Amino acid sequence: MSSLSRDPHPADGRPGGGTPGGAPGSGRGSGPGRTSGGAPGSGRGGAGGGAGGGPARGRRAVRAVVRTLHRRPRLRLALLLTAPLTWLVVAYLGALAALFLAAFWTTDPFTSNVVRTWNTGNFRQVLTTSVYWHVALRTLGTALAVTAVDIVVAFPIAFWTARIAAPRYRHLLVVAVLTPLWASYLVKAYAWRTILSTGGPLDWALKPFGLHGPGYGLPAVVIVLAYLWLPYMILPIHAGLAGLPDDVLDASADLGARTWRTFRSVVLPLVAPSVAAGSVFTFSLSLGDYIAVQIVGGKTQLIGNAIYSDVTLDLPLAAALATLPVAVVVLYLLAIRRTGALNSL
Amino acid sequence: MRVTRHLVALAAALTAALTLATACGGSSGSSGSVGSDGKLHPPKLTAQKSLGQRESAVNLIAWAGYVEDGSDDPKADWVHPFERQTGCTVHVKIAGTSDDMVSLMKTGQYDAVSASGDASLRLIASGDAAPVNTALVPNYKDVFSGLKLQAWNSVGGVAYGIPHGYGANLLMYRTDKVSPAPTSWGAVFAKDSPYKGHITAYDSPIYIADAALYLMRTRPDLGIRNPYALDQKQFDAAVALLRQQNANIGEYWSDYLKEVSAFKSGDSVLGTTWQVIANTAQSEKVPVKAVLPSEGATGWSDTWMLSAKAEHPNCAYAWFNWIVSPQVNAQVAEYFGEAPANRLACDHTADRTFCADYHAGESAYYKRVWFWTTPIPQCVDGRKDVTCVPYAKWVQAWTSLKG
Repeated sequence: MSSLSRDPHPADGRPGGGTPGGAPGSGRGSGPGRTSGGAPGSGRGGAGGGAGGGPARGRRAVRAVVRTLHRRPRLRLALLLTAPLTWLVVAYLGALAALFLAAFWTTDPFTSNVVRTWNTGNFRQVLTTSVYWHVALRTLGTALAVTAVDIVVAFPIAFWTARIAAPRYRHLLVVAVLTPLWASYLVKAYAWRTILSTGGPLDWALKPFGLHGPGYGLPAVVIVLAYLWLPYMILPIHAGLAGLPDDVLDASADLGARTWRTFRSVVLPLVAPSVAAGSVFTFSLSLGDYIAVQIVGGKTQLIGNAIYSDVTLDLPLAAALATLPVAVVVLYLLAIRRTGALNSL
Repeated sequence: MRVTRHLVALAAALTAALTLATACGGSSGSSGSVGSDGKLHPPKLTAQKSLGQRESAVNLIAWAGYVEDGSDDPKADWVHPFERQTGCTVHVKIAGTSDDMVSLMKTGQYDAVSASGDASLRLIASGDAAPVNTALVPNYKDVFSGLKLQAWNSVGGVAYGIPHGYGANLLMYRTDKVSPAPTSWGAVFAKDSPYKGHITAYDSPIYIADAALYLMRTRPDLGIRNPYALDQKQFDAAVALLRQQNANIGEYWSDYLKEVSAFKSGDSVLGTTWQVIANTAQSEKVPVKAVLPSEGATGWSDTWMLSAKAEHPNCAYAWFNWIVSPQVNAQVAEYFGEAPANRLACDHTADRTFCADYHAGESAYYKRVWFWTTPIPQCVDGRKDVTCVPYAKWVQAWTSLKG
């Protein structure tokens, strides 16, 4: 990933490669490299001296290691990244690759055992069966709707927590926003099942207005997912708004812009990358969800449900189906990258 | 340039991971199949000859209500006495559908499963279930003979499990919301139902058989003789009926607690159920009733099967003997609402007329109930001139009719 996110910057003409992943290996990396290589070494040397002169040979060996590390930034980088990268490649990419590979197998129709015969029938089936297209489009629409709802709800809240609330309460408010994340997903989803049930609290609250709740179905899924992922949208927007310099707002006012104009021409463009960053979470989490759909979705099927129902008996077909959301998320990330939002994650 | 080199390294690592995944992923190659003669050829496995030292635990996959330790209902507890008597700690995984059971058994982490007829043969054919030596289960001798060595629990005279009990899928309705009281499956299949949006159905491809069963009576021109042996034309008619029903469905269920909560809130007022769900709902003061409609019903005959990869086979055998012992078989049958497998269990039910009510051992009654069976290309009703739609196609149709 680091290499992928680094490569556009030289093309942009921005000096030095701005992303953290790119820093240690590039020319600029010698800066942080020197501190991290040098500091522990000298510290350990001092400790040895303080203990009343440890064996000189040991100290010399430590110095040699420190010197080697100091001279070889590549070695330093290798030591730093070998373990996490191995984990990433084997556990994460390996699992994805195995899944993708499984999509080319088939199953015995009776025993459901996987038969390892190479064929592309699963992909053909996914691409030619209209129900999978409907389900995929419905899922895409749901993910976009959840993201839109979250932006609309999160922006005012984040504006309040970041700019209006008294500074001494802001940290507490951020903690309050994060609190729902400590409760179990299932508990929250089942709470919504009760809220949305026929004659439940929502129906009761809307009754005086002659309305009733949406019941179980796609609207309920959008509501519940928007509720579940809201903190992931508030946090980046909060960070974006909190980092907004006061002087640009003052400058805008000085130049005669009213509130709405300032918001549209100054605040929104500066915070847009944060909104896009938040949407990465809400969009991709919604795209893969199937549990909330089972609980409040009525008879709705999203792509996660289709995968889940196939995974028990037809793993290869489920694997082929699972490449759809992966493709959509990759496309979404590529689109988001153009906004520069990935830099503010 | 460095970017390229990194990519090359990444690709190399990826290839290595792939090779690794290929080497150790997937399932074993030695599995049986259905031969062209329509007979099952399971992989050669032999049952154990004698019982050894009991292990300390047993891992079970079961239907809701089969393995109760008193946590759902303090009066329903046959797990703790078993643990005290045998020293085998029971771990249970509740499955909602036969498909869940098949896939859970494939993980090899479980010792035994309470499989219905639409899972049992698949498990035998795939080599996931091992033959069972019934001589090691003393209570087997008292099991109704009509349940022994049947098509769904044996192959070629070799037993693959111990019968547990059997029953029918019922029609449940809210007595305060549905009137007149339904007596036919037509209530859930009617096109212009007054209960549109509040009808529920079982969320499994095997539910297609319920539609076929209804068509068996209402569309004699289709010539359906067995709801699990559908040729393409019959199958299409059943799927069309379910597609029409889908418009009236509020939600599908496979988690029994979800169905209880839906009936409790009134989101569902009419639909398929199991007796145990009706009992649970009634115990929560929900005004529901469950009936066997005039067309008959689909149903199940369950078998406790042993995993071929069981780590605790001796504890599993101890469990088999326990669950079909007269007292426990009576308890579980009464709790779930099904006929017990052990004929002596009828003397131990709290309700004296229980066995008569559930028609235990009456083969005539169960002519009206079609036990779940896995559909295969060789029509199970004996027709030779057509090919029947296999279960894999049922699964696809189920996904697509839900839209």
